Amino acid sequence: MRVALVQTKPAKGDYARNLAATGEAFAQLAEDSPDLIVLPEAALSGYFLEGGVYDVALPASEFARDLGQAWRGAGGKRADIVAGFFENDEGTYYNSALYVEVGPEGERILHRHRKMFLATYGVFDEERFLSRGRKLGTFKTRFGTMAILICEDACHAIMPALAAIKGARVLVIPSASPGRGVDRAGEGELESIAQWRDILRLAALEHGVYVIYAGLTGFEGGKGMSGSSCIVDPAGRIVVQAPAAQSCILRADLDLREVDLARARLPLLGDLGAVLPDLLLDDELPLPRRMP
Amino acid sequence: MTLPVFERTFGAPSPPGIDAPVAAEWLVAFLRDELIVRRGIDRAVVGLSGGVDSAVTAFLCARALGPERVYALRLPYRTSHPSSLEDAQLVVEALGIHCATIDISPAVDGYLQFEPDADARRRGNVMARTRMVVLFDQSAKRDALPVGTGNKTERLLGYFTWHADDSPPVNPIGDLFKSQVWELARYLGVPQRLIEKAPTADLQADQTDEADLGITYARADAILAQLLLGFSDNQLAQRGFDPAEVALVRRRVDSTHWKRHLPTTAMVSGTAINEFYLRPVDY
Repeated sequence: MRVALVQTKPAKGDYARNLAATGEAFAQLAEDSPDLIVLPEAALSGYFLEGGVYDVALPASEFARDLGQAWRGAGGKRADIVAGFFENDEGTYYNSALYVEVGPEGERILHRHRKMFLATYGVFDEERFLSRGRKLGTFKTRFGTMAILICEDACHAIMPALAAIKGARVLVIPSASPGRGVDRAGEGELESIAQWRDILRLAALEHGVYVIYAGLTGFEGGKGMSGSSCIVDPAGRIVVQAPAAQSCILRADLDLREVDLARARLPLLGDLGAVLPDLLLDDELPLPRRMP
Repeated sequence: MTLPVFERTFGAPSPPGIDAPVAAEWLVAFLRDELIVRRGIDRAVVGLSGGVDSAVTAFLCARALGPERVYALRLPYRTSHPSSLEDAQLVVEALGIHCATIDISPAVDGYLQFEPDADARRRGNVMARTRMVVLFDQSAKRDALPVGTGNKTERLLGYFTWHADDSPPVNPIGDLFKSQVWELARYLGVPQRLIEKAPTADLQADQTDEADLGITYARADAILAQLLLGFSDNQLAQRGFDPAEVALVRRRVDSTHWKRHLPTTAMVSGTAINEFYLRPVDY
């Protein structure tokens, strides 16, 4: 599977301009077409929109159509595209990402993930403006089963675990993470970037999955999106990583059989599958057992 | 057999450190994105006081935009210390940036002649706000953007003139404590004299920040860093901080929240700006 990540630096709220810029990046990719193209969370609008989210949100079908037209317009043949956007579903708004199959004849939405963990603390205010997704789905692609997690979704260890248990061999993670943490001399990078890498590597290593992380970049009102898009192999090793503060393209050819090999070497996922029922059936867990 | 013991220690309270190369690169990216990408402005105006904050800001702007696009302003008042001008000049020469010197005495005195009883605080505020007027006009003259120089410590302690020092639309160092600014200055190559001199607002003769504040920056920064993380006075005392200094710092922070906000506006509608009508600054 030939993967390309486009680390976008969108102009705030200017969807048309950002779509055009993405078309240019697509043209660069189409010369040597990848199988899968991944864009960040809020890739064509910017992340911190506040009430502006209602101006730029659009139905999933329109976003898929725009991605398809941009790819075909750039001379692209067949490719699958994952990208994050703000979704307007008949007046209910979500932070969503689509997996779209694009071909010469049109495009088809294979999967839509709505962000479940809406970051709402400190600088984050998503749940003030958005509704949260209710389902972590996995889906079959021509490359195998995948799951999409959006940003904070991936920070909860149970999410990659459940996605892998449900069959995902690849986790695609569009993200928008404002970088922070400069107070430790000699680290060589922002603390938040290092934390993200730890999270992604651990998810890949524990479950034997490829992790494809596409980070938004660019400063939004002083808050610098930390880019650092990367791909982690199923052994937990970084395959390729982008810089923090510039828009760019990352490319890598991934051998999905490495998932099998990694799981054979370190069968933690199989162990989890065996033990998980006991864990979830524990009476002491604060889970609803019946309708109140 | 006695087992070796490995135990957590807090150590003496110390100000926050900084990964200076990472911070510098990040702040340069910030300046480029906020000025060039977002606003389409590739020139910056920085008021150089002769102190370390404005020097660091000028160094960052020169890195981000190129020295030929940075305009330093030296804005002395007749009572300003002569060394302030000299130290600002060191920055200009080190960077090869443009520089203009505009004496604000006639403008300040033009008003204050009608207010002969104005005390030092009022006079200082008039000077700071006059500098703000000049900074913005000189920026307009050059199609440039004024870049702010206030650090996190003075912002938290309220040690600045509202709608003056804090007025430029972008500020690269406002989330850095003074101690971090000093370290960043060393990394950037700010002339040593500016790093070693006692910080001063230079609004009154022989004024120093630390005498005004009643605490050193190093100690204030160490307290502030913990205080912002939510630690209580008791927890700070347990960690070796001086309770009187903690109280001093907390009092200053708690009494100056208003200085870190826009003016309070009476809300009478469901579309009140920044209350219901919510759009980010870069929208």
